[in-house]
Amino acid sequence: MQKDLPFTEVTRRDFVGSVVGVAALLPEAALAESKQSPVTLKINNQIHTLNIEPGVTLLDALREYLQMTGTKKGCDHGQCGACTVLIDGRRVNSCLTFAIMHEGEEITTIEGLANGDQLHPMQAAFLQHDGFQCGYCTPGQICSAVGLLNEGHQNLSDDEIRELMSGNICRCGAYPNIVTAVKSVYRQRGPA
Amino acid sequence: MIPFTYKRAGAIEEAIGAPGRFIAGGTNLVDLMKYGVENPVHLIDINRLPLSAIESLPDGSLRIGALARNSDMANHPVLKQNYPVLAEAILAGASPQLRNLATAGGNLMQRTRCYYFYDKGFSQCNKRAPGTGCAARDGYNRIHAILGASEHCIATHPSDMAVAMAALEAVVNVQGPQGKRRIAFADFHRLPGSTPQFDTNLHPGELITSIDLPPVVGPTRAHYLKVRDRRSYAFALVSVAAMLRIDNGTIADARLALGGVAHKPWRVPGAEHFLTGKQPGEAAYKEAANLLLAGAHTYSHNAFKVEMAKRAVVRALTVAESRS
Repeated sequence: MQKDLPFTEVTRRDFVGSVVGVAALLPEAALAESKQSPVTLKINNQIHTLNIEPGVTLLDALREYLQMTGTKKGCDHGQCGACTVLIDGRRVNSCLTFAIMHEGEEITTIEGLANGDQLHPMQAAFLQHDGFQCGYCTPGQICSAVGLLNEGHQNLSDDEIRELMSGNICRCGAYPNIVTAVKSVYRQRGPA
Repeated sequence: MIPFTYKRAGAIEEAIGAPGRFIAGGTNLVDLMKYGVENPVHLIDINRLPLSAIESLPDGSLRIGALARNSDMANHPVLKQNYPVLAEAILAGASPQLRNLATAGGNLMQRTRCYYFYDKGFSQCNKRAPGTGCAARDGYNRIHAILGASEHCIATHPSDMAVAMAALEAVVNVQGPQGKRRIAFADFHRLPGSTPQFDTNLHPGELITSIDLPPVVGPTRAHYLKVRDRRSYAFALVSVAAMLRIDNGTIADARLALGGVAHKPWRVPGAEHFLTGKQPGEAAYKEAANLLLAGAHTYSHNAFKVEMAKRAVVRALTVAESRS
């Protein structure tokens, strides 16, 4: 049946959104050359210019090209939240976006939260309340919690904090202390 | 991921004139590219186009720019006030991180989460590779469609937002090489039929520019109910967008849309008309649920969805009724 599809159908598929299988149908020459190009990113108030292909995710740009390994790769599919960073103050999954899409934006990673030796209050709270066990999900949890503070929520209950932190999975199950840590900073600061 | 070229579009005309796939939030497309399910050779980044605004129009409708982020929609004061069922639906979907990236237009272009579509290890999938068959039909089809499916595809549309927009009878504004057109929400997504590779009725090169929510007529009670395997951050097994307008103890108008059960948000006008003029209450809601689920066809693992959907409809209407 695939053979019988008129080529116009294939083209339409390409446009419409189910591009699946198109690469296999196109002659080799039609495949795009993926070229490295300079991509300038502002990360933790520092400008970095990387020579990377467009298919490099923001997560891989941080870890593999800038050696900023504080941001963790968990599932690499937007399901665990370990890769959470802040873009213009908003929490996002850095694994599901290409670095090249974020030129000109303010990217903040776990490495950029502290002020010199002074931990960010959320970092301090995770320490104080023992909000982790193995620590792998922690940078994502903390960036996500900082993003939550920026969202201006009013009078959050524990259940609402759990819901708002549900994009961050903790395989060790440190959730009770994570909620306590987030709550302690939220109560101190109130909505931003 | 296969190599691709990247271009940042600076103007709408530039985007629709270029060959390739549009990328906005990318939360679904990038994921599918990693799995090799989607293989665009040219990517057109539309994020810098001026399509992020959410604005009230003179006729009382609300225009949502295609690039409005899901979180901006859910937090928008007019949207929350006038279309609470939509805000509720958006907040029922994904996680805060994903909602910060995901856009209104991209949400409509989301692809199914059918395991057999997502995993190239399965050779049979008419949606991914037309003509190869449907592995879900005789496979593990617990999450699959019970309405409007075909022998070629039993996938469901995964969006929560779209279910609420269907109930609200939104209009999708698109612009393409042939110009602009407005698509009624019911005509935007399609049933799989013999061409499940097409999720929507968009023409080649067309770009969603905005989505219009029609003006609110009178006080509406609404609820979006999502039933899923865990309480947060999971796709719907069944979801219901329910809206009721009650005048003097009688239902003046009702809207019902189901998610998680078909290739598109599922509405049955007869089920809504049935409720008009009836007394609110379980008896009427049960009958509306029966009408909505009429013709349901189940597979080896998803028969539970019929009863679940019926009960969800009754509960969603009951909760909606209790609101003011």
